[in-house]
Amino acid sequence: MMKVYLDNNATTMVDPEVKAAMDPYFTEIYGNPNSLHDFGTSCHPALRKAMDQMYEAIGARDEDDIVVTSCATESNNWILKGIYFDLIKNGDKDHIITTEVEHPSITAVCRWLEEQGVRVTYLPVNQEGIVEAHTVRDFITDKTALVSIMWANNETGAIFPVEQIAEICKEKGVLLHTDGVQAVGKIPVDVIQAGVDFMSFSAHKFHGPKGVGALYIRNGHPLTSLLHGGEHMGGRRSGTLNVPGIVGMGKAIELANYYLKFEEEHVRRLRDKLEDAILELPDIYSVGPRANRTPNTVLVSVRGVEGEAMLWDLNRAGIAASTGSACASEDLEANPIMTAVGADSELAHTAVRLSLSRFTTEEEIDYTIEQFKKAVERLRAISSTYAYMPENMKA
Amino acid sequence: MAKTDLIGGSIWEEYSQKVQELMNNPKNQGELTEDDAKRLGGELIVADFGAESCGDAVRLYWIVDPKTDKILDAKFKSFGCGTAIASSDTMVELCKGKTVDEAVKITNIDVEKAMRDEPNTPAVPPQKMHCSVMAYDVIKKAASLYKGVDMESFEDEIIVCECARVSLNTIKEVIKLNDLKTVEEITDYTKAGAFCKSCIKPGGHEEREWYLVDILADTRREMEEEKLKEAAEKQASGEEISFNDMTLVQKIKAIDSVIDESVRQYLIMDGGNMEVLDVKQNGQYTDVYIRYLGACSGCASSTTGTLYAIESTLKEKLDPNIRVLPI
Repeated sequence: MMKVYLDNNATTMVDPEVKAAMDPYFTEIYGNPNSLHDFGTSCHPALRKAMDQMYEAIGARDEDDIVVTSCATESNNWILKGIYFDLIKNGDKDHIITTEVEHPSITAVCRWLEEQGVRVTYLPVNQEGIVEAHTVRDFITDKTALVSIMWANNETGAIFPVEQIAEICKEKGVLLHTDGVQAVGKIPVDVIQAGVDFMSFSAHKFHGPKGVGALYIRNGHPLTSLLHGGEHMGGRRSGTLNVPGIVGMGKAIELANYYLKFEEEHVRRLRDKLEDAILELPDIYSVGPRANRTPNTVLVSVRGVEGEAMLWDLNRAGIAASTGSACASEDLEANPIMTAVGADSELAHTAVRLSLSRFTTEEEIDYTIEQFKKAVERLRAISSTYAYMPENMKA
Repeated sequence: MAKTDLIGGSIWEEYSQKVQELMNNPKNQGELTEDDAKRLGGELIVADFGAESCGDAVRLYWIVDPKTDKILDAKFKSFGCGTAIASSDTMVELCKGKTVDEAVKITNIDVEKAMRDEPNTPAVPPQKMHCSVMAYDVIKKAASLYKGVDMESFEDEIIVCECARVSLNTIKEVIKLNDLKTVEEITDYTKAGAFCKSCIKPGGHEEREWYLVDILADTRREMEEEKLKEAAEKQASGEEISFNDMTLVQKIKAIDSVIDESVRQYLIMDGGNMEVLDVKQNGQYTDVYIRYLGACSGCASSTTGTLYAIESTLKEKLDPNIRVLPI
């Protein structure tokens, strides 16, 4: 049976070149970079190179900081809690603006901040799945400490107007953070051109290793640390440096940028082919216009078929997909993005996300099309949505 | 929280083989029509429960013999995950051949148990239990249609959770049947509280008449009272009660009588004695606080051999989870 991995927005395969770059830093060059001896210092060239690769890839300047963390969840926690300590608890601000469709590492922290007395505005998205820049302007007050808005959405791939939002924030004098996890490596990301103050990103989303992420900080803006305990990362983030992770992240982001054109052309073509074929079936919808999506992502809604049931059938056929909806996750809520884009409530639990990568092949897409259709056919035959109901029994 | 909870398990790996097979090949999936009803000489009943907007919906078809109330044939259609499909299929299997009154007695536990591979291993993980609850609620709906009463009067239901349409009776029943102890478990079993969360406790975005926290507290109290009543009745009728099922007073009496019968005489022989000061339930343990009297107090063996002998006697005669603590 063919095995097809179409869940690249969850995580990606480590590029073999990345793995090769990391390899010496496990058993050969394993010293602690903070040590004075040769064992320690011998990894410094590779670390410096990795930092160069990261700065180059997102267009950061030397006066900016890219602080390596353990993951984007840490980066997101850090920016929100840091701003809370600096500008709200020990300052005169009391307000944060974010969106209804952020990753839980933003929304869950915001809910916690609300418990600490912070006012949080959750901006809705429009039918295309994005926040319109002008709505940000409407909610900024002189008490607003931070605006945190994702660059691209994990479920739909919808790309947010970060540059326009940055202009508004600049004009109003409010700091802007963006969760760039789903954008970096998929579309061109230039933090200076976009004008953001902070950006979270994570290596395992662009064929790097798990357990390493970063927070970009414009001009080395001060921010209370999340992890205290040492002088690592210029004293901004303590913890022994994850040397192989950092080396891998540097290599991975360099490769991802190198393949951006390939992503834009080849991956987009395969995604469009898959989406077109699926949309040929009746009563199937995709969320958000393609032109404004990351090239690898499509979220489809299959009327009459619950998302997890669809995943079950695809998995039986060797295909990995995902659904943010109902049964699949531990909590039973509808996929928030489906509610947010104003989908028919009956479609709230029918979303299936397929996310490709530069390693996805044409054969895999052809096979997925065939199996997807089979699964829809089988599950709709069981579904109550399309089943017989006599007139006199209708509720 | 413990070791096994730290790396989340796969929900699918916790499905029984039966659940997986029924998901892949449901046997009772399909429709029944007026023609089928005519052919079998019965009445067609079609009942819907749940809603797609909630993530689970099931439609149950029955053909019922109006003379005997017997369910001649049954089928289902389902919008839902694997568990919803498998439990609907099992529910239909359990309905077939029963009378409507018998079918109404089928519980979610019956449905879930019928899907187990091993008698003591649940067929689905807890967060999937609500699917089997749904499969049994639809039976009540079908029965209410057949009997021409509306569902409210049939099961006199107060809806506690509007989002998932879960009634007070269902919640109380599920708490009692499954010995649920937390609101989270109620949500896993019934879906009540999983959506807007207003019904969990006061202070949500909508004011409710009933809250899960109160229902849980009231039902647990009822269960305690029932247990007390049961223990009292057993004692009155001279029936043997296990130590665990005893009330605290009964436990104290039982401990005292064991000490009188099997311990005290030996202490007295050595010029000593003891008294029970207090008995406390401490999780699974019953802690018995004692004080030595006469020669026993200050005797070197009172904290070693004698104490061991008292504790072992109580453990052997009453319950292995008794601990004796000298003050």
